[in-house]
Amino acid sequence: MSNFKTTHLTSVVSEYHDQLLDGWLASLVSSLRRDKNSAANLREQASQFLPLLASTLSNTGSINIEEPGWADLRQLLAEISHSRVRQGFSPIETASFVFSLKKPIFELLRNKLADSPQAASDEIAATSSLFDDLGLYVIDVYQKAREQVILRQQQELLELSTPVVQLWQNVLALPLIGTLDSARTQVVMESLLQKIVETGARIAIIDITGVPTVDTLVAQHLLKTIAAARLMGADCIISGIRPQIAQTIVHLGVNLDDVITKATLADAFVVALQRTGASILNASGER
Amino acid sequence: MERIPILRMGRLLLVTIQVDMHDRLAMALQEDLTSRIVKDRANGVLIDISALDIVDSFIGRMISDTAAMAKILDARTVLVGMQPAVAITLVELGLTLQGVRTALNVELGMKMLEQHD
Repeated sequence: MSNFKTTHLTSVVSEYHDQLLDGWLASLVSSLRRDKNSAANLREQASQFLPLLASTLSNTGSINIEEPGWADLRQLLAEISHSRVRQGFSPIETASFVFSLKKPIFELLRNKLADSPQAASDEIAATSSLFDDLGLYVIDVYQKAREQVILRQQQELLELSTPVVQLWQNVLALPLIGTLDSARTQVVMESLLQKIVETGARIAIIDITGVPTVDTLVAQHLLKTIAAARLMGADCIISGIRPQIAQTIVHLGVNLDDVITKATLADAFVVALQRTGASILNASGER
Repeated sequence: MERIPILRMGRLLLVTIQVDMHDRLAMALQEDLTSRIVKDRANGVLIDISALDIVDSFIGRMISDTAAMAKILDARTVLVGMQPAVAITLVELGLTLQGVRTALNVELGMKMLEQHD
């Protein structure tokens, strides 16, 4: 099919440019329910696309979009696709940019080849497969762009979510938010150990109030972090254990015997102060 | 053959590992240290590994074995100055050195040994 010469398609696209653009835009705008701003934007993209399609068709004489002659058109579609990802279009809305051009083109082809139905159906079949390829290409680019966005957000989340704060001299706190997976444990461990070296802290409080669930894997990651901190000479206290999590930990048979655990960060802080030789008195000197 | 020096401070022995540990060196250290604990009647051993960038499972085992041997000879061992990367490596290797006490630096390690005298 890719060897099929689409002479009629080429001539239709270049001859009836204006008519095609109007018909295309009409179906595009009606399908998109967007504001005026994006309608103008759409018109601009469409009027870039049509001449490029016409020149590409007449230059290459082929409908195989993998060929180098189609590179410019692929580039344009990729740009359009990327900008739509950023604006939050759905995949259907993005792909319909290409697919909605089918209807006006088919009408023109049918009118032009009204006297030879065989030629018309061949031409339409070839055109249809061309636009299917273009549409799939747009979706492919759209998907990849979305994946990039997700990947970048994951990266940002990883960096954001692991602050180590110094509560007192020799006391660090590590408020964990979100589920602990292997990658995050690595980051958490590294930043905690680094901070221990920097501050010379002897006690680190790991607060898991923000950890939604603790399964065996998360518990194992926690224990690893605690073991690494211990090797550096710092003791760890786990705080912020919610009742459900205490139940889960026992049901799972996770052994936390060697670790000091406290229900709240406040309790853990008091223990940490006692361990470091400090104590809290109120103004009258009472404990 | 090079050896790692063992310094005596009162009844404490101080071992500072400043060179890359290889297996023969580690074995020699184990032998030297046990005989010195007996000879000097030491009751505490401080091993400083702050200059050690790389450990493997053998060295990790060697350290925990040495601590266990010292304990049998009635001397307590404190391991000080472990680098973060080394700590992570040991944990990933599954060597959490249970039974070995640790401190961040030599000063804190000394304090720890003195407190229990």
